[in-house]
Amino acid sequence: MIVITIAVALIVAGTFFFVTATLGLLRFPDFYTRMHAAGKGDTLGALLSLAGLALYNLNNGFSVEAILISMKILIIALFIFIANPTATHAITKAGLVCSVKPWEKKESSK
Amino acid sequence: MHDAAKESKMIRDFENIIIKTVCRAIIPFIQLYGLYVIAHGHYSPGGGFQGGCILAASFILMVLAYDIKEMKKRMSEKINTILCSTGVIIYTGIGLLCVILGANFLDYGILEIILPADAEHSRSLGILGVEIGVGFTVMAVMVSIFLNIASAGEHEDGEQG
Repeated sequence: MIVITIAVALIVAGTFFFVTATLGLLRFPDFYTRMHAAGKGDTLGALLSLAGLALYNLNNGFSVEAILISMKILIIALFIFIANPTATHAITKAGLVCSVKPWEKKESSK
Repeated sequence: MHDAAKESKMIRDFENIIIKTVCRAIIPFIQLYGLYVIAHGHYSPGGGFQGGCILAASFILMVLAYDIKEMKKRMSEKINTILCSTGVIIYTGIGLLCVILGANFLDYGILEIILPADAEHSRSLGILGVEIGVGFTVMAVMVSIFLNIASAGEHEDGEQG
């Protein structure tokens, strides 16, 4: 029971970060801030959700097969943890090379 | 405006050390996963096409992070063509072997005559062999298509990007 509670808490926290990242992606003003929201929020959201799923899989006892599947899920989480920030970095750097202008506040520029 | 162009040139010349390091660390695991998908194709999701695409994606990632020259040190055009034909030969060879032994094309059950296994296991092994052939061909053709599109058919690029 306590395992399920922790797993659900992790998945809900992960979903919260996904929603925050999507909100940032839609509402932030320019390219760089949107990449910032997507990179950070999605990485942590995927990490928490997958950790929750790995824990939920161990609900029916710690058999070898269940531990193997949980390990696979954790390896996916590790892969996302490495690859997602790198992809965000690459896209942002491509924007910088193509001289995409950062957003500035309208009042201060006048 | 001139300053911005100069600055972007400077940024482009700077070593993409984060991307290169991560790609160097991740590409072996991508290829291992491609082999896993090929090898488990006959009793779990996956197979020759999917695994071959994953293997090709690892080489395409190498081209994106480094450049075409660096990738062609690992897989030259000659080896690419050889792999492409080898896959087709494996596929057709297993199919025709079944015909020679007296069954239909790709009817693997008849392979029990030459394999030390019963009909079911030789069927499984035959599917595995065909998947390996398909995987080779798909990988080679995907990489070849990508190289031809990315370099407008010249298979070389000067600019590091």
